[in-house]
Amino acid sequence: MRSVSIIGAGCTRFGERWDDSLRDLVVETGIRALEDANVSGEEIDGLYVGNMSGGRFVEQEHIGALICDCAGLSRLHVPSTRVEAACASGGLALRQGVLAVASGYSDVVIAAGVEKMTDVTGGVAADALAAAADREWECFFGATFPALYAMIARLHMHRYGTTREDLAEVAVKNHFNGSKNPISQYQMEVTVDKVLNSPLVSDPLRVLDCSPITDGASAVVLAPTEEAKKYTDSPIRILASAQGSDTLALHDRRDITTLDASVFAARRAFSMAGLEPKEVDLAEVHDAFTIGEIVAIEDLGFFDKGDGGRATREGLTAIGGEIPINTSGGLKACGHPVGATGIKQAYEMVLQLRGEAGKRQVEGAKVGLTHNVGGCGGTAIVHIMSR
Amino acid sequence: MSTVPRFWRHIPQRYNLVGTHCPKCDEYYYPPRAICPNCRRAAKMEDYRFDGKGTVVTFTTIYNATDDFKRQTPYNLAIIELDEGPRLTGQVICTPEEIEIGMRVKPAFRILGKDGERGIIYYGTKFVPAEGSV
Repeated sequence: MRSVSIIGAGCTRFGERWDDSLRDLVVETGIRALEDANVSGEEIDGLYVGNMSGGRFVEQEHIGALICDCAGLSRLHVPSTRVEAACASGGLALRQGVLAVASGYSDVVIAAGVEKMTDVTGGVAADALAAAADREWECFFGATFPALYAMIARLHMHRYGTTREDLAEVAVKNHFNGSKNPISQYQMEVTVDKVLNSPLVSDPLRVLDCSPITDGASAVVLAPTEEAKKYTDSPIRILASAQGSDTLALHDRRDITTLDASVFAARRAFSMAGLEPKEVDLAEVHDAFTIGEIVAIEDLGFFDKGDGGRATREGLTAIGGEIPINTSGGLKACGHPVGATGIKQAYEMVLQLRGEAGKRQVEGAKVGLTHNVGGCGGTAIVHIMSR
Repeated sequence: MSTVPRFWRHIPQRYNLVGTHCPKCDEYYYPPRAICPNCRRAAKMEDYRFDGKGTVVTFTTIYNATDDFKRQTPYNLAIIELDEGPRLTGQVICTPEEIEIGMRVKPAFRILGKDGERGIIYYGTKFVPAEGSV
Protein backbone atom coordinates (compact mmCIF):
# COMPACT_ATOMS: atom_id res chain seq x y z
CA MET A 1 0.00 0.00 0.00
CA ARG A 2 1.29 3.45 -0.91
CA SER A 3 1.38 6.41 1.43
CA VAL A 4 -1.10 9.14 0.36
CA SER A 5 -0.93 12.92 0.79
CA ILE A 6 -3.25 15.86 0.27
CA ILE A 7 -1.61 18.17 -2.28
CA GLY A 8 -4.34 20.80 -2.51
CA ALA A 9 -7.60 21.86 -0.90
CA GLY A 10 -10.48 24.22 -1.56
CA CYS A 11 -13.77 25.14 0.06
CA THR A 12 -16.64 27.49 -0.71
CA ARG A 13 -18.03 29.90 1.82
CA PHE A 14 -20.66 27.99 3.80
CA GLY A 15 -24.11 29.47 4.27
CA GLU A 16 -27.44 30.08 2.63
CA ARG A 17 -26.13 30.51 -0.90
CA TRP A 18 -29.38 31.54 -2.57
CA ASP A 19 -27.64 32.80 -5.73
CA ASP A 20 -25.79 29.54 -6.32
CA SER A 21 -26.90 26.07 -7.44
CA LEU A 22 -25.29 22.75 -6.53
CA ARG A 23 -23.39 22.96 -9.82
CA ASP A 24 -22.10 26.47 -9.06
CA LEU A 25 -20.82 25.35 -5.65
CA VAL A 26 -19.01 22.36 -7.15
CA VAL A 27 -17.28 24.46 -9.80
CA GLU A 28 -16.24 27.08 -7.24
CA THR A 29 -14.65 24.58 -4.88
CA GLY A 30 -13.15 22.45 -7.65
CA ILE A 31 -11.29 25.36 -9.21
CA ARG A 32 -9.91 26.40 -5.81
CA ALA A 33 -8.68 22.91 -5.00
CA LEU A 34 -7.07 22.33 -8.40
CA GLU A 35 -5.35 25.74 -8.38
CA ASP A 36 -4.12 25.07 -4.86
CA ALA A 37 -2.76 21.66 -5.95
CA ASN A 38 -1.32 23.04 -9.17
CA VAL A 39 -2.64 20.12 -11.24
CA SER A 40 -4.29 20.06 -14.65
CA GLY A 41 -7.31 18.04 -15.78
CA GLU A 42 -5.18 15.57 -17.73
CA GLU A 43 -3.46 14.44 -14.53
CA ILE A 44 -6.68 13.59 -12.68
CA ASP A 45 -7.62 9.94 -12.90
CA GLY A 46 -10.37 9.62 -10.34
CA LEU A 47 -13.11 11.60 -8.65
CA TYR A 48 -15.13 10.76 -5.55
CA VAL A 49 -17.93 13.02 -4.38
CA GLY A 50 -19.77 12.82 -1.08
CA ASN A 51 -23.42 13.78 -1.39
CA MET A 52 -26.15 12.66 0.95
CA SER A 53 -29.39 13.49 -0.79
CA GLY A 54 -29.23 15.26 -4.15
CA GLY A 55 -32.46 13.44 -4.90
CA ARG A 56 -34.37 15.07 -2.04
CA PHE A 57 -32.61 18.43 -1.89
CA VAL A 58 -32.35 19.30 -5.61
CA GLU A 59 -34.13 16.36 -7.28
CA GLN A 60 -30.90 15.29 -8.92
CA GLU A 61 -29.25 11.88 -8.66
CA HIS A 62 -26.30 10.62 -10.69
CA ILE A 63 -24.14 13.22 -8.94
CA GLY A 64 -20.90 11.44 -9.93
CA ALA A 65 -21.36 12.08 -13.64
CA LEU A 66 -22.72 15.57 -12.98
CA ILE A 67 -19.66 16.60 -10.98
CA CYS A 68 -17.28 15.22 -13.61
CA ASP A 69 -19.20 17.16 -16.25
CA CYS A 70 -19.25 20.44 -14.26
CA ALA A 71 -15.53 20.08 -13.55
CA GLY A 72 -14.86 20.01 -17.29
CA LEU A 73 -13.57 16.45 -17.12
CA SER A 74 -16.27 14.71 -19.17
CA ARG A 75 -14.28 14.62 -22.42
CA LEU A 76 -11.44 12.96 -20.52
CA HIS A 77 -13.97 10.38 -19.23
CA VAL A 78 -12.46 10.53 -15.72
CA PRO A 79 -14.18 7.89 -13.54
CA SER A 80 -16.43 9.70 -11.08
CA THR A 81 -18.24 8.05 -8.17
CA ARG A 82 -20.83 9.44 -5.80
CA VAL A 83 -20.42 8.21 -2.22
CA GLU A 84 -23.20 8.19 0.36
CA ALA A 85 -23.14 7.59 4.11
CA ALA A 86 -25.61 10.27 5.25
CA CYS A 87 -23.71 13.07 7.07
CA ALA A 88 -20.47 11.05 6.72
CA SER A 89 -20.63 11.06 2.91
CA GLY A 90 -17.75 13.55 2.67
CA GLY A 91 -15.49 11.64 5.04
CA LEU A 92 -16.27 8.46 3.16
CA ALA A 93 -15.46 10.13 -0.20
CA LEU A 94 -12.08 11.11 1.26
CA ARG A 95 -11.54 7.54 2.40
CA GLN A 96 -12.46 6.13 -1.03
CA GLY A 97 -10.00 8.53 -2.65
CA VAL A 98 -7.27 7.51 -0.20
CA LEU A 99 -7.93 3.82 -0.88
CA ALA A 100 -7.81 4.38 -4.65
CA VAL A 101 -4.42 6.13 -4.50
CA ALA A 102 -3.01 3.82 -1.81
CA SER A 103 -3.89 0.75 -3.86
CA GLY A 104 -2.13 2.09 -6.94
CA TYR A 105 -5.27 1.99 -9.06
CA SER A 106 -5.24 5.80 -9.28
CA ASP A 107 -2.58 8.46 -8.93
CA VAL A 108 -4.17 11.90 -8.69
CA VAL A 109 -7.67 11.83 -7.25
CA ILE A 110 -10.13 14.53 -6.24
CA ALA A 111 -12.18 13.82 -3.13
CA ALA A 112 -15.05 16.30 -2.93
CA GLY A 113 -18.29 16.83 -1.07
CA VAL A 114 -21.32 18.96 -1.83
CA GLU A 115 -24.79 19.59 -0.49
CA LYS A 116 -27.27 22.20 -1.65
CA MET A 117 -29.88 22.25 1.11
CA THR A 118 -31.76 25.55 0.82
CA ASP A 119 -33.63 24.82 -2.43
CA VAL A 120 -36.31 23.06 -0.34
CA THR A 121 -38.34 24.31 2.62
CA GLY A 122 -37.30 23.54 6.21
CA GLY A 123 -39.80 20.69 6.67
CA VAL A 124 -38.62 18.88 3.54
CA ALA A 125 -34.98 19.35 4.56
CA ALA A 126 -35.71 17.97 8.05
CA ASP A 127 -37.41 14.93 6.54
CA ALA A 128 -34.54 14.34 4.09
CA LEU A 129 -32.10 14.45 7.02
CA ALA A 130 -34.31 12.12 9.05
CA ALA A 131 -33.69 9.52 6.34
CA ALA A 132 -30.25 9.07 7.92
CA ALA A 133 -32.08 7.47 10.86
CA ASP A 134 -34.12 4.26 10.67
CA ARG A 135 -37.15 5.23 8.57
CA GLU A 136 -39.25 2.19 9.48
CA TRP A 137 -38.52 1.89 13.20
CA GLU A 138 -37.57 5.41 14.35
CA CYS A 139 -38.98 8.07 12.00
CA PHE A 140 -42.23 6.16 11.50
CA PHE A 141 -43.00 6.71 15.18
CA GLY A 142 -42.20 10.42 15.08
CA ALA A 143 -38.42 10.51 15.62
CA THR A 144 -36.53 13.47 14.20
CA PHE A 145 -32.79 13.78 13.97
CA PRO A 146 -32.49 16.28 16.85
CA ALA A 147 -34.74 13.97 18.90
CA LEU A 148 -32.27 11.10 18.65
CA TYR A 149 -29.36 13.28 19.78
CA ALA A 150 -31.60 14.75 22.49
CA MET A 151 -32.11 11.23 23.86
CA ILE A 152 -28.34 10.72 23.89
CA ALA A 153 -27.98 14.05 25.73
CA ARG A 154 -30.68 13.20 28.28
CA LEU A 155 -29.02 9.91 29.23
CA HIS A 156 -25.51 11.44 29.27
CA MET A 157 -26.73 14.13 31.67
CA HIS A 158 -28.56 11.57 33.83
CA ARG A 159 -25.63 9.16 34.01
CA TYR A 160 -22.56 11.43 34.11
CA GLY A 161 -23.88 14.69 35.53
CA THR A 162 -23.25 16.59 32.31
CA THR A 163 -25.15 19.87 32.61
CA ARG A 164 -27.31 21.89 30.24
CA GLU A 165 -24.65 24.63 30.54
CA ASP A 166 -21.92 22.18 29.43
CA LEU A 167 -23.82 21.61 26.19
CA ALA A 168 -24.12 25.38 25.71
CA GLU A 169 -20.36 25.78 26.19
CA VAL A 170 -19.79 23.69 23.05
CA ALA A 171 -21.87 26.14 21.01
CA VAL A 172 -20.19 29.17 22.62
CA LYS A 173 -16.70 27.83 21.80
CA ASN A 174 -17.57 26.80 18.26
CA HIS A 175 -19.28 30.10 17.46
CA PHE A 176 -16.19 31.89 18.76
CA ASN A 177 -13.97 29.79 16.47
CA GLY A 178 -16.39 30.26 13.57
CA SER A 179 -16.21 34.03 14.00
CA LYS A 180 -12.48 33.73 13.15
CA ASN A 181 -13.13 31.66 10.03
CA PRO A 182 -13.98 33.55 6.81
CA ILE A 183 -15.91 30.60 5.27
CA SER A 184 -18.06 30.06 8.38
CA GLN A 185 -21.86 30.36 8.04
CA TYR A 186 -22.14 32.10 11.40
CA GLN A 187 -19.77 34.95 12.07
CA MET A 188 -21.38 35.95 15.36
CA GLU A 189 -20.46 34.85 18.85
CA VAL A 190 -23.08 33.52 21.27
CA THR A 191 -23.26 33.41 25.07
CA VAL A 192 -24.38 30.57 27.36
CA ASP A 193 -27.48 32.64 28.19
CA LYS A 194 -28.33 33.07 24.55
CA VAL A 195 -28.09 29.30 23.94
CA LEU A 196 -30.18 28.52 27.03
CA ASN A 197 -32.87 30.97 25.94
CA SER A 198 -33.09 29.86 22.31
CA PRO A 199 -36.29 27.97 21.38
CA LEU A 200 -36.61 24.29 22.32
CA VAL A 201 -36.27 21.92 19.36
CA SER A 202 -36.24 18.59 21.16
CA ASP A 203 -35.78 18.85 24.91
CA PRO A 204 -33.04 19.28 26.18
CA LEU A 205 -31.66 20.48 22.82
CA ARG A 206 -32.43 24.03 21.69
CA VAL A 207 -31.98 25.82 18.37
CA LEU A 208 -28.44 26.93 19.27
CA ASP A 209 -27.44 23.33 20.07
CA CYS A 210 -28.12 22.32 16.46
CA SER A 211 -26.03 22.70 13.34
CA PRO A 212 -27.80 24.73 10.64
CA ILE A 213 -29.09 23.97 7.15
CA THR A 214 -26.19 24.92 4.88
CA ASP A 215 -25.14 25.10 1.25
CA GLY A 216 -21.51 24.39 0.52
CA ALA A 217 -18.87 22.32 -1.20
CA SER A 218 -15.27 21.34 -0.49
CA ALA A 219 -12.59 19.40 -2.30
CA VAL A 220 -9.11 18.03 -1.66
CA VAL A 221 -6.64 16.62 -4.18
CA LEU A 222 -4.79 13.40 -3.30
CA ALA A 223 -1.56 11.99 -4.69
CA PRO A 224 1.03 9.38 -3.69
CA THR A 225 3.27 10.88 -0.98
CA GLU A 226 6.40 10.09 -2.99
CA GLU A 227 5.16 12.33 -5.81
CA ALA A 228 3.47 14.99 -3.67
CA LYS A 229 6.47 17.33 -3.63
CA LYS A 230 6.17 17.63 -7.41
CA TYR A 231 2.97 19.60 -6.84
CA THR A 232 3.40 21.40 -3.53
CA ASP A 233 5.98 22.37 -0.94
CA SER A 234 3.58 21.58 1.87
CA PRO A 235 1.84 18.23 1.34
CA ILE A 236 -0.25 16.90 4.22
CA ARG A 237 0.30 13.20 4.76
CA ILE A 238 -2.62 10.89 5.57
CA LEU A 239 -1.32 8.72 8.42
CA ALA A 240 -4.53 6.72 8.84
CA SER A 241 -7.96 6.26 7.31
CA ALA A 242 -10.46 4.18 9.28
CA GLN A 243 -14.16 3.46 9.19
CA GLY A 244 -16.62 1.74 11.52
CA SER A 245 -20.30 0.77 11.31
CA ASP A 246 -23.01 0.16 13.89
CA THR A 247 -26.76 -0.43 14.08
CA LEU A 248 -28.84 2.00 12.05
CA ALA A 249 -31.24 2.64 14.94
CA LEU A 250 -30.06 4.32 18.13
CA HIS A 251 -32.20 2.05 20.34
CA ASP A 252 -30.20 -1.05 19.26
CA ARG A 253 -26.82 0.28 20.43
CA ARG A 254 -24.79 -1.43 23.16
CA ASP A 255 -24.68 1.92 24.97
CA ILE A 256 -26.87 4.90 24.01
CA THR A 257 -24.22 7.41 25.17
CA THR A 258 -21.33 5.91 23.18
CA LEU A 259 -20.90 5.80 19.40
CA ASP A 260 -19.15 2.43 19.15
CA ALA A 261 -18.51 3.05 15.43
CA SER A 262 -16.40 6.07 16.46
CA VAL A 263 -14.58 4.07 19.13
CA PHE A 264 -13.83 1.31 16.61
CA ALA A 265 -12.67 3.69 13.85
CA ALA A 266 -10.54 5.73 16.25
CA ARG A 267 -8.79 2.69 17.73
CA ARG A 268 -8.04 1.38 14.26
CA ALA A 269 -6.79 4.80 13.08
CA PHE A 270 -4.49 5.28 16.09
CA SER A 271 -3.06 1.82 15.65
CA MET A 272 -2.52 2.43 11.91
CA ALA A 273 -0.78 5.75 12.60
CA GLY A 274 1.19 4.35 15.55
CA LEU A 275 0.00 7.24 17.71
CA GLU A 276 -1.84 7.81 20.99
CA PRO A 277 -4.73 10.28 21.38
CA LYS A 278 -2.50 12.58 23.48
CA GLU A 279 -0.13 12.96 20.52
CA VAL A 280 -2.84 14.66 18.43
CA ASP A 281 -2.57 18.46 18.40
CA LEU A 282 -6.10 19.29 17.27
CA ALA A 283 -9.26 17.66 15.93
CA GLU A 284 -12.32 18.43 13.86
CA VAL A 285 -15.17 16.31 15.27
CA HIS A 286 -18.78 15.74 14.29
CA ASP A 287 -20.78 18.28 16.33
CA ALA A 288 -24.06 18.16 14.39
CA PHE A 289 -25.47 18.77 17.88
CA THR A 290 -23.59 20.06 20.92
CA ILE A 291 -23.91 16.70 22.69
CA GLY A 292 -22.27 15.12 19.63
CA GLU A 293 -18.99 16.92 20.37
CA ILE A 294 -19.04 15.91 24.04
CA VAL A 295 -19.61 12.25 23.13
CA ALA A 296 -17.03 12.42 20.32
CA ILE A 297 -14.14 13.72 22.43
CA GLU A 298 -14.80 10.79 24.79
CA ASP A 299 -15.20 8.14 22.09
CA LEU A 300 -12.04 9.27 20.26
CA GLY A 301 -10.01 8.77 23.44
CA PHE A 302 -9.20 12.41 24.22
CA PHE A 303 -11.16 12.25 27.51
CA ASP A 304 -12.65 9.50 29.69
CA LYS A 305 -16.27 8.46 29.20
CA GLY A 306 -18.47 10.96 31.00
CA ASP A 307 -15.73 13.57 31.23
CA GLY A 308 -16.46 15.46 28.00
CA GLY A 309 -18.75 18.00 29.65
CA ARG A 310 -16.18 18.90 32.31
CA ALA A 311 -13.40 19.13 29.70
CA THR A 312 -15.47 21.56 27.66
CA ARG A 313 -16.50 23.60 30.71
CA GLU A 314 -12.84 23.97 31.77
CA GLY A 315 -11.77 25.20 28.33
CA LEU A 316 -9.57 22.20 27.52
CA THR A 317 -11.06 22.02 24.01
CA ALA A 318 -10.68 25.73 23.17
CA ILE A 319 -7.88 27.08 20.97
CA GLY A 320 -4.95 27.30 23.39
CA GLY A 321 -6.35 24.42 25.47
CA GLU A 322 -5.12 20.86 25.85
CA ILE A 323 -6.67 19.68 22.57
CA PRO A 324 -8.39 22.34 20.44
CA ILE A 325 -11.61 20.91 18.96
CA ASN A 326 -13.40 22.29 15.92
CA THR A 327 -11.21 25.30 15.18
CA SER A 328 -13.24 25.82 11.98
CA GLY A 329 -16.33 26.47 14.06
CA GLY A 330 -17.40 22.86 13.58
CA LEU A 331 -20.68 21.81 12.06
CA LYS A 332 -22.36 23.97 14.66
CA ALA A 333 -21.06 27.38 13.54
CA CYS A 334 -19.17 26.84 10.28
CA GLY A 335 -22.26 25.04 8.94
CA HIS A 336 -23.19 21.53 7.92
CA PRO A 337 -23.80 20.95 4.20
CA VAL A 338 -24.06 17.25 4.99
CA GLY A 339 -22.18 15.76 2.02
CA ALA A 340 -19.43 18.41 2.18
CA THR A 341 -18.74 18.36 5.93
CA GLY A 342 -16.22 15.50 5.98
CA ILE A 343 -14.14 17.16 3.27
CA LYS A 344 -14.39 20.56 4.95
CA GLN A 345 -12.92 18.99 8.07
CA ALA A 346 -9.93 17.87 5.98
CA TYR A 347 -9.71 21.34 4.40
CA GLU A 348 -9.53 22.97 7.85
CA MET A 349 -6.87 20.46 8.91
CA VAL A 350 -4.79 21.24 5.80
CA LEU A 351 -4.88 24.96 6.64
CA GLN A 352 -3.98 24.31 10.29
CA LEU A 353 -1.11 21.94 9.51
CA ARG A 354 0.28 24.34 6.90
CA GLY A 355 0.06 27.20 9.42
CA GLU A 356 -2.43 29.09 7.24
CA ALA A 357 -5.40 29.22 9.61
CA GLY A 358 -5.06 32.92 10.44
CA LYS A 359 -6.72 34.13 13.64
CA ARG A 360 -7.69 30.60 14.68
CA GLN A 361 -4.26 29.03 14.08
CA VAL A 362 -3.20 26.39 16.62
CA GLU A 363 0.47 27.15 17.29
CA GLY A 364 2.84 24.38 16.26
CA ALA A 365 0.10 22.08 14.95
CA LYS A 366 1.72 18.92 13.55
CA VAL A 367 -0.83 16.11 13.85
CA GLY A 368 -4.58 16.50 13.31
CA LEU A 369 -7.58 14.18 13.43
CA THR A 370 -10.89 14.46 11.58
CA HIS A 371 -14.03 12.60 12.70
CA ASN A 372 -17.17 12.41 10.57
CA VAL A 373 -20.36 10.60 11.63
CA GLY A 374 -23.25 9.31 9.53
CA GLY A 375 -26.67 9.32 11.17
CA CYS A 376 -26.32 9.15 14.93
CA GLY A 377 -23.45 6.68 14.68
CA GLY A 378 -24.34 4.08 12.03
CA THR A 379 -21.13 5.13 10.27
CA ALA A 380 -18.00 6.82 11.61
CA ILE A 381 -14.93 7.85 9.64
CA VAL A 382 -11.63 8.89 11.25
CA HIS A 383 -8.59 10.29 9.46
CA ILE A 384 -5.28 11.24 11.06
CA MET A 385 -2.93 13.50 9.12
CA SER A 386 0.34 15.33 9.64
CA ARG A 387 2.58 17.88 7.96
CA MET B 1 -47.59 9.30 -1.31
CA SER B 2 -46.73 5.68 -0.55
CA THR B 3 -48.57 2.54 -1.65
CA VAL B 4 -50.63 0.48 0.78
CA PRO B 5 -48.23 -2.53 0.92
CA ARG B 6 -45.55 -0.37 2.49
CA PHE B 7 -47.68 -0.11 5.64
CA TRP B 8 -49.49 -3.40 5.29
CA ARG B 9 -46.43 -5.61 5.43
CA HIS B 10 -45.54 -4.39 8.93
CA ILE B 11 -49.02 -4.82 10.46
CA PRO B 12 -48.14 -7.82 12.73
CA GLN B 13 -45.02 -6.06 14.03
CA ARG B 14 -46.56 -2.63 14.54
CA TYR B 15 -50.06 -3.59 15.72
CA ASN B 16 -49.18 -6.58 17.87
CA LEU B 17 -45.48 -6.11 18.70
CA VAL B 18 -44.41 -9.30 16.95
CA GLY B 19 -40.62 -9.54 17.02
CA THR B 20 -38.19 -12.44 16.82
CA HIS B 21 -36.41 -14.79 19.21
CA CYS B 22 -33.16 -16.68 18.62
CA PRO B 23 -33.58 -20.17 20.19
CA LYS B 24 -29.81 -20.72 20.31
CA CYS B 25 -28.82 -17.49 22.05
CA ASP B 26 -32.16 -17.02 23.82
CA GLU B 27 -32.07 -13.38 22.71
CA TYR B 28 -35.22 -11.42 21.81
CA TYR B 29 -35.37 -8.86 19.02
CA TYR B 30 -37.78 -6.04 18.39
CA PRO B 31 -37.98 -4.63 15.77
CA PRO B 32 -37.68 -8.14 14.27
CA ARG B 33 -34.42 -9.32 12.76
CA ALA B 34 -33.96 -12.07 10.17
CA ILE B 35 -30.39 -12.79 11.31
CA CYS B 36 -29.32 -12.95 14.95
CA PRO B 37 -26.39 -10.50 15.32
CA ASN B 38 -25.04 -12.65 18.15
CA CYS B 39 -24.68 -16.12 16.52
CA ARG B 40 -25.38 -14.75 13.02
CA ARG B 41 -26.85 -17.77 11.22
CA ALA B 42 -26.38 -20.67 13.63
CA ALA B 43 -30.11 -20.96 14.39
CA LYS B 44 -33.40 -20.16 12.69
CA MET B 45 -35.21 -17.19 14.20
CA GLU B 46 -38.78 -17.68 15.44
CA ASP B 47 -41.55 -15.10 15.83
CA TYR B 48 -42.28 -13.87 19.32
CA ARG B 49 -45.12 -11.65 20.49
CA PHE B 50 -44.11 -9.15 23.17
CA ASP B 51 -46.69 -8.01 25.71
CA GLY B 52 -45.13 -4.54 25.50
CA LYS B 53 -44.45 -3.75 29.14
CA GLY B 54 -41.19 -1.93 29.57
CA THR B 55 -39.13 0.87 31.06
CA VAL B 56 -38.11 4.30 29.72
CA VAL B 57 -34.33 4.28 29.08
CA THR B 58 -34.16 7.86 27.81
CA PHE B 59 -36.60 10.34 26.29
CA THR B 60 -37.14 13.73 24.70
CA THR B 61 -40.06 16.05 24.14
CA ILE B 62 -40.27 17.13 20.51
CA TYR B 63 -41.29 20.74 19.86
CA ASN B 64 -40.11 20.96 16.24
CA ALA B 65 -41.20 18.00 14.12
CA THR B 66 -41.25 17.05 10.46
CA ASP B 67 -44.37 18.10 8.50
CA ASP B 68 -46.05 14.72 9.13
CA PHE B 69 -45.91 15.10 12.92
CA LYS B 70 -46.22 18.89 13.27
CA ARG B 71 -49.82 18.75 14.48
CA GLN B 72 -48.87 16.50 17.40
CA THR B 73 -46.20 18.75 18.94
CA PRO B 74 -45.16 18.80 21.68
CA TYR B 75 -44.98 15.02 22.05
CA ASN B 76 -42.76 12.66 24.03
CA LEU B 77 -40.51 10.18 22.26
CA ALA B 78 -38.60 7.55 24.23
CA ILE B 79 -36.32 4.57 23.91
CA ILE B 80 -38.13 1.84 25.82
CA GLU B 81 -36.56 -1.37 27.05
CA LEU B 82 -39.09 -4.20 26.90
CA ASP B 83 -39.04 -6.64 29.82
CA GLU B 84 -37.61 -9.38 27.56
CA GLY B 85 -34.59 -7.15 26.79
CA PRO B 86 -34.91 -5.49 23.38
CA ARG B 87 -35.24 -1.73 23.04
CA LEU B 88 -37.44 0.24 20.67
CA THR B 89 -38.33 3.84 19.85
CA GLY B 90 -41.89 4.98 20.51
CA GLN B 91 -44.11 7.80 21.70
CA VAL B 92 -45.16 7.98 25.34
CA ILE B 93 -48.55 9.58 25.89
CA CYS B 94 -48.31 11.78 28.97
CA THR B 95 -47.28 15.36 29.73
CA PRO B 96 -43.62 16.43 29.36
CA GLU B 97 -43.56 16.86 33.15
CA GLU B 98 -44.71 13.29 33.83
CA ILE B 99 -42.20 11.32 31.77
CA GLU B 100 -38.92 10.32 33.43
CA ILE B 101 -36.06 7.85 33.04
CA GLY B 102 -37.01 4.55 34.68
CA MET B 103 -40.77 5.08 34.28
CA ARG B 104 -42.78 1.89 33.63
CA VAL B 105 -44.92 1.92 30.49
CA LYS B 106 -47.40 -0.34 28.69
CA PRO B 107 -48.53 -0.39 25.05
CA ALA B 108 -51.56 1.35 23.54
CA PHE B 109 -52.94 0.87 20.02
CA ARG B 110 -53.16 4.27 18.32
CA ILE B 111 -53.26 6.15 15.04
CA LEU B 112 -49.65 7.06 14.31
CA GLY B 113 -50.24 9.35 11.38
CA LYS B 114 -51.43 9.65 7.84
CA ASP B 115 -49.68 9.78 4.52
CA GLY B 116 -50.71 13.20 3.21
CA GLU B 117 -54.30 14.47 2.86
CA ARG B 118 -55.61 11.56 0.80
CA GLY B 119 -53.14 8.81 1.72
CA ILE B 120 -53.51 5.88 4.06
CA ILE B 121 -54.06 6.35 7.80
CA TYR B 122 -51.59 4.18 9.61
CA TYR B 123 -51.76 2.64 13.04
CA GLY B 124 -49.35 1.12 15.48
CA THR B 125 -48.21 1.04 19.07
CA LYS B 126 -47.63 4.00 21.34
CA PHE B 127 -47.00 3.72 25.08
CA VAL B 128 -48.76 5.03 28.18
CA PRO B 129 -47.59 5.13 31.80
CA ALA B 130 -48.27 1.77 33.48
CA GLU B 131 -50.65 2.06 36.44
CA GLY B 132 -49.11 3.02 39.73
CA SER B 133 -45.89 4.27 38.18
CA VAL B 134 -46.73 7.99 38.05
